[in-house]
Amino acid sequence: MTDQKRQAAFDSILGVLVLVAMVAALYMAFLQAPREKTMGDLQRIFYFHVPSAVMGILAFAVNFGASVMFLIKKDRRWDNLALSAGEIGVVFMSIVLITGPIWAKPVWFVWWTWSPRLTSSLILWMLYVAYLLIRTYVPDPGRRAMVSAVFGIIAFVDAPIVWFSIRWWRDIHPSPMLETGGLSPAMRPAFYVCVAAFLTLFLYVVRRRYFLESARHEVELLERKIF
Amino acid sequence: MQVGMLAKIWAVFRKDLLIEVRTKDSLNAMLFFGIVVLVIFHFALAGAGDSIRQVVPGVLWAAFAFSGTLGLNRIFAVEKENNCLEGLLLIPVDRGVIYLGKMLAVTLFMLFAECIIFIFCLVFFNLTVWEKLPWLALIFFVGTLGFAAAGTLLSAISINTRMRETLLPLILFPVVLPVLVNAVEATNVALNGTADGGLELPLTIMSVFTIIFVTISYVLFEYVLED
Amino acid sequence: MIEVRGLAKYFGRFSALRDLNLDVPRGEFIAIFGRNGAGKTTFLRILAGLSRPSAGSIKIGGKSMPMSEDGRGMIGYLSHGTSLYGDLTALENLRFFSRVQGLPSTDADLRARLKQVGLAGREEEPVRNYSRGMQQRLAIARAFLRDPSILLLDEPFAGLDQPGTKFLVNRLQEDRSRGKTCLMVVHDVQLGYMLADRLVVIDRGIIALDFAKSSGSLGQFQESYGVLVQEN
Repeated sequence: MTDQKRQAAFDSILGVLVLVAMVAALYMAFLQAPREKTMGDLQRIFYFHVPSAVMGILAFAVNFGASVMFLIKKDRRWDNLALSAGEIGVVFMSIVLITGPIWAKPVWFVWWTWSPRLTSSLILWMLYVAYLLIRTYVPDPGRRAMVSAVFGIIAFVDAPIVWFSIRWWRDIHPSPMLETGGLSPAMRPAFYVCVAAFLTLFLYVVRRRYFLESARHEVELLERKIF
Repeated sequence: MQVGMLAKIWAVFRKDLLIEVRTKDSLNAMLFFGIVVLVIFHFALAGAGDSIRQVVPGVLWAAFAFSGTLGLNRIFAVEKENNCLEGLLLIPVDRGVIYLGKMLAVTLFMLFAECIIFIFCLVFFNLTVWEKLPWLALIFFVGTLGFAAAGTLLSAISINTRMRETLLPLILFPVVLPVLVNAVEATNVALNGTADGGLELPLTIMSVFTIIFVTISYVLFEYVLED
Repeated sequence: MIEVRGLAKYFGRFSALRDLNLDVPRGEFIAIFGRNGAGKTTFLRILAGLSRPSAGSIKIGGKSMPMSEDGRGMIGYLSHGTSLYGDLTALENLRFFSRVQGLPSTDADLRARLKQVGLAGREEEPVRNYSRGMQQRLAIARAFLRDPSILLLDEPFAGLDQPGTKFLVNRLQEDRSRGKTCLMVVHDVQLGYMLADRLVVIDRGIIALDFAKSSGSLGQFQESYGVLVQEN
């Protein structure tokens, strides 16, 4: 089998796996998992809100690793990976930022709670939107890869300091609104299934995005022969 | 760090200082804008009334941050004119040396502007702060250093993109948020004497931020200016 | 002295340099010709450390690029952009550029250099008041601060006034006799032939013509160059 065919076959299998995993996740989250005492069915958003956050952070970790590797090896493939991971990370973080308010409004009667997790997610989201923004403004692909790798590293190093600062600040300015969280043992299976499902989704989407970017890069290489 | 390197950093610092003393471009812009920001906040926070003293730390650092952005922009814009960036790249010296020299210069300019903006703040908001001055000086110094540590690198990045100076605020603020949050809290503790937070933690976080960012900026600066 | 193998530089889809190979022995003077956009400036910029190559390797004095501080100190680069600080005086400019390299030049030293390029008496004026020719001369003084063993000059005579041209030609001939290596991009074929040992034409990112002065006259070079231009 050629490389391309092998890749397409793997993608198809992975795609089916994602589908199955997502169906399983939906079942577990909505049917299998017990109903929460105080919030009722609304709490089920947790099974999608938290795994999204986990995947977002995972994506940014991949972006960091790929950025470092790019600066060391100067191989554009690392930049393709960094970009794919960065984009997916922003998508997952956006899900976190959307599901957060959906959850908060019925429970706390406000759209936004400035809770540590939500606030850190917002800043993280902004950092990686900035990453994508920088990329838009550098036309030369070689330079673009270089500059975004630098920013990718900065953003990831900054993230823990941001999280820590926000948490500490919240301790000083406490609010009655508690962080959404807490898992009773009965909820754990559903949670783990959801995390696993999101992980397969993460792998699938990053893979597809990576191959799209590789294809674009290949076009660039081919165009060099013409122009 | 060898003595030779210190002399080279000093040469870069002195050059920027000399240009600034002669043109006063940065200083004038930062001062004027900082004061404008104070005035805007006075109107924006008209509802605060007597509790204005509690929001002064936030207002002050907002003014410092916004005016600081102008200084950060100028520190590399002055090189972009006349193609001097290339001249800097040609110098057979570690690129990090250029970063350090410029970072120190912009810190000095910002501190100078901040002192004057602070005086206006005292006048506008009717404050007395004599006993607290040493603490405030320390907080301003550490906070500004942190702001400049990250800002200098980010300014070098933005100056070479399509949007040039306009990009800096977009990528700067998510990154330096920890400095701003901690600086505001520390200023609050110093000014209003609240026992909640204490000064040690915010000063420590800001210092850690500064050390981390000076280090990675020194290393990464290499990759930011070249073609 | 300089070994270039398979040098390539791409800006996205555009190939500035494709597969450039060149060997420059120590002490050789090379004049580089070529059309606009042929890659001459890009080549020099990469050698000077201003631009990173996309592919290929470069060794200067046995050291691979990217080089350390000392390695880069061997090189003096001059281009049409002056890269001078308009708000500072000529003396202050030179002072900065020499201090930042760790050179022990005294003010008297620097004034002497300014005198050499004909800027005596104008050292204390801000550079923005200088004419274009004067700025170029100051840029030349800066390039020679370290007495570099390798000179990379990108159209150094463009925009240069009479006294500047005279100084530069003399200096280059002097350096040539002292065994310095030089790569110079010029448009004037006669000037290039006079100053150089070897004439090289870069076209579309590669070396298209490599002509040693010992192998023929100016006329013969011009003929080969003309053929090359016509073929494309």
